[in-house]
Amino acid sequence: MNPENYLYLSAMLFTLGATGVMLRRNALVMFMCVELMLNAANLAFVTFARLHSQLDGQMVAFFTMVVAACEVVIGLAIIMTIFRARRSVSVDDANLLRG
Amino acid sequence: MTTLLAGEVFVFTSTSETVMFWIVGTLAFFASLGVVMAAKAVYSALFLAMTMLCLAVFYFVQDAMFLGVVQIVVYTGAVMMLFLFVMMLIGVDSAESLMETLRGQRIAATLAGIGFGVLLIAGIAGATMHLRRIGGPAAAGDGATDLGHSNVEGLAALIFTRYLWAFELTSALLITAAVGTMVLTQRQRLERRKTQRELSQERFQPAARPTPLPTPGVYARHNAVDMPALLPDGSYADDSVSRVLRPRAVTRPSRQTSGRRRSAQSHLRLVSQPVDAAAEWVDAWMDGSGRGRHR
Repeated sequence: MNPENYLYLSAMLFTLGATGVMLRRNALVMFMCVELMLNAANLAFVTFARLHSQLDGQMVAFFTMVVAACEVVIGLAIIMTIFRARRSVSVDDANLLRG
Repeated sequence: MTTLLAGEVFVFTSTSETVMFWIVGTLAFFASLGVVMAAKAVYSALFLAMTMLCLAVFYFVQDAMFLGVVQIVVYTGAVMMLFLFVMMLIGVDSAESLMETLRGQRIAATLAGIGFGVLLIAGIAGATMHLRRIGGPAAAGDGATDLGHSNVEGLAALIFTRYLWAFELTSALLITAAVGTMVLTQRQRLERRKTQRELSQERFQPAARPTPLPTPGVYARHNAVDMPALLPDGSYADDSVSRVLRPRAVTRPSRQTSGRRRSAQSHLRLVSQPVDAAAEWVDAWMDGSGRGRHR
């Protein structure tokens, strides 16, 4: 087996995550799909690090994890705020800026 | 993409890794499919945790020991638990609306996703084929690390030399995120907090109830706190169920006939079914349709 299969798997996971963001309405599930996309990108980074026998790819994956953790914390806080105001987590209901 | 793949041509994995890849990879694919397709948000979260664990296995296999541990600790440990925590706060059974606001959005999104995936995979395949044809360069080295002796040492050397500035900026980012979360979730109190004196005076107003509320009927008839307690005359004390359970509609996701409903949830029940004397109130309560007080 070639290690490039990891890249194919990563592409598939990324695609699934992107499709989920487009398909789902629940803000929490959309957020989870974003996490899935970040994880898929991480897998690609780790695979590239292995193919090149260098650790820089793993470093980038590490920083991605840190940024993802921050993003989750802020995003969930925003979802909580929206839920408190509108009593719903559906992204269709958050239309306050619509005229 | 071609330059990114340049190192891989003569690298092949062992048989055990191949077997592992096809097993865990299939698992990861179907778990991520479950994240997208699952009907309830909790199922999505659990599927996502499964996907992340599969990815952690991949990291371990690909000599990324540190990242694998971080993946398990940070993602499946902290991030997913945060997700589940928020889900419990918001309401587990908050159903997703199936009504489309944009017509044909679902089909269009699926088609766009499939097209995107085909493009991505075709790009990788094209780059690989190109490399194979021209006979790309061999792998740069044979070891998994270029700086230290092990993965963790190599990463530490990188973090504290080449990526030191980015690493320091990360700490600033984390602190900003923590402060931002506190600011976002802080709720401003609109009215003054009632003192204990005022609370106790309110308690003895004519319409109020001076004694504590009755406890729910746990173990009296059922093993769940969402069932009301029995009064001495056999009727239900509907004050005994917490008000919190009602507006979130935790109890009944499906609306069926009352007989089928009881049989469906009989595995939750410790003791026999409730007497039919006051069953209407319980049914109304389970449907979440207002306060149909029995008496």
